[in-house]
Amino acid sequence: MTSELYQKNLLKLASMATNAGRLPSPDATFTLDNPLCGDRVTFDLTFLETKILDIAHEVKGCVLCQASASMLASNATGESVKDIKSVREKVRKMLEDPDSVIEGWEEIQFFKPASEHKSRHNCVLLPFDALIRAAEDGVAEIG
Amino acid sequence: MIQQFDLSSIRKNFPILNKPIHNSLELHYLDNAATSQTPEIVQNVMREHDSTHRANVKRGVHHLAEKATDAYESSRRRVATYLNANKVEEIIFTSGTTGGINLLANCFGATLSPGDEIIISILEHHSNFVPWQMLRDRAGIVLKILPATEDGKVDVSKLDKLLTPRCRLISVTHASNVTGAITNLEKIVSAAKSVNALVAIDGAQMAPHGPIDVQSLGVDFYMFSAHKMFGPSGVGVLWGREEILNRLPPFMGGGEMIKNVTPDKTTYADIPARFEAGTPPITQAVGLEAAIAWIQTINLQMAELHMESLANRALDGLQDINKNTSSIQVLGPERNSNRLPVLSFSVRGAHPHDICQILDSRGVALRGGHHCAQPYMDSLGLTGTTRASIALYNNTNDIDAFLTGLDEALNILSND
Repeated sequence: MTSELYQKNLLKLASMATNAGRLPSPDATFTLDNPLCGDRVTFDLTFLETKILDIAHEVKGCVLCQASASMLASNATGESVKDIKSVREKVRKMLEDPDSVIEGWEEIQFFKPASEHKSRHNCVLLPFDALIRAAEDGVAEIG
Repeated sequence: MIQQFDLSSIRKNFPILNKPIHNSLELHYLDNAATSQTPEIVQNVMREHDSTHRANVKRGVHHLAEKATDAYESSRRRVATYLNANKVEEIIFTSGTTGGINLLANCFGATLSPGDEIIISILEHHSNFVPWQMLRDRAGIVLKILPATEDGKVDVSKLDKLLTPRCRLISVTHASNVTGAITNLEKIVSAAKSVNALVAIDGAQMAPHGPIDVQSLGVDFYMFSAHKMFGPSGVGVLWGREEILNRLPPFMGGGEMIKNVTPDKTTYADIPARFEAGTPPITQAVGLEAAIAWIQTINLQMAELHMESLANRALDGLQDINKNTSSIQVLGPERNSNRLPVLSFSVRGAHPHDICQILDSRGVALRGGHHCAQPYMDSLGLTGTTRASIALYNNTNDIDAFLTGLDEALNILSND
């Protein structure tokens, strides 16, 4: 039900907008749009070797998109591209099968009710994809 | 036949409106600008055709082929009447408005030279934007874009700035799927004629509102989709003036559109067959005829007054909600002016998808996003809006459910 989707935890996560904004001198930046709905996510990253050191994001999007970006900003520091991809896969699996047991970041569970709404899955995954693209570009740049 | 407007009786024609959604909720369908519902008569006619007259058209000599062809051509004649076309041959069946505009962009585009100019507007649906960009990119056409006025109309006052003797076509919407604003076609046609340019009209939103008189409009091409006017998806119409269509080369090649094919050369059929390659959407065309026939049983003047009243009820309600929030901006012209009952609005701090999702949980079907009008949205600094679009079968319950649901949605999303 939609009332479960817009639960207080998710709304709070979205409104926290952890690390919202831009970094002054990012090592990598990537902007990704969802052409179906017009949502737009930009991630700025800096790296320490191949791990994310600092992160900021700008989101023009729905609550799910904002909350997902906020979750990433809260947890991605110290992670590698591989780690982020692994979390994305967990989130994707949970969206497709809400009964699957997912371990990891605490906030992932807030998105479970979105599993019933296929048209919103991309709203949750868009920030992951933008972050992954930024991280891949950044790591490639570092060499 | 005396045309009636009995809302209760009209709604009974649409079984889907009386079926609960999410197991128990009454449906309030306010996404008619995206697609309308089909009355039972249209569904029955299509089923009847498929169960008694289904066959391919035009080529066969057996009984079913002749019956199918009769039904298909009967639809063409009905459409010609609906548009007041001079000749039945001017009616080309397409896959929809998008198919029609692409057909035009390719066929008419093939007659243009690099440096020729086409004017569209910033308000256009992507279907009347992208095909012309594609023509620009492959054929060196200059594409010029009319701005919108502050109240969401095509700004015809800027035509003089864009028009030159190289203009070959002005292609604009009859009414915006975002703002509901009805375009001043008189000014468009007059401007086009001054430089011997042609006029093409995207009639997708306007065609459901009653017969279109292409002669009095003075336009040269008119496109619309069946699924937005109580008909099936998969079929639409491109109307064009006979003398213009006769000059155009075909776009798609294949069966039906030929006179003679040899290994070396093919000659093409006359209109409209020249532009209807392959097996057409036969059953869908039959459904379109049934939809038009159904529309013609309705007292459309009373239907328009009914829809205007519902739109005003919605606008009043939005104003009331806004007294508490001051966060709602409604796009489009003032009420009761030249506009359709298509109500798009933005809410500061609330994304259209979140609003639509919560309204869905209350049984209200809205649309959220850019509505395939990204250039216009970008010009407003918006990624999208929420849109409620009214059809003649909507009632006050639908509007009230929309307003109540919106109020609740904004409370939920305010996160206070």
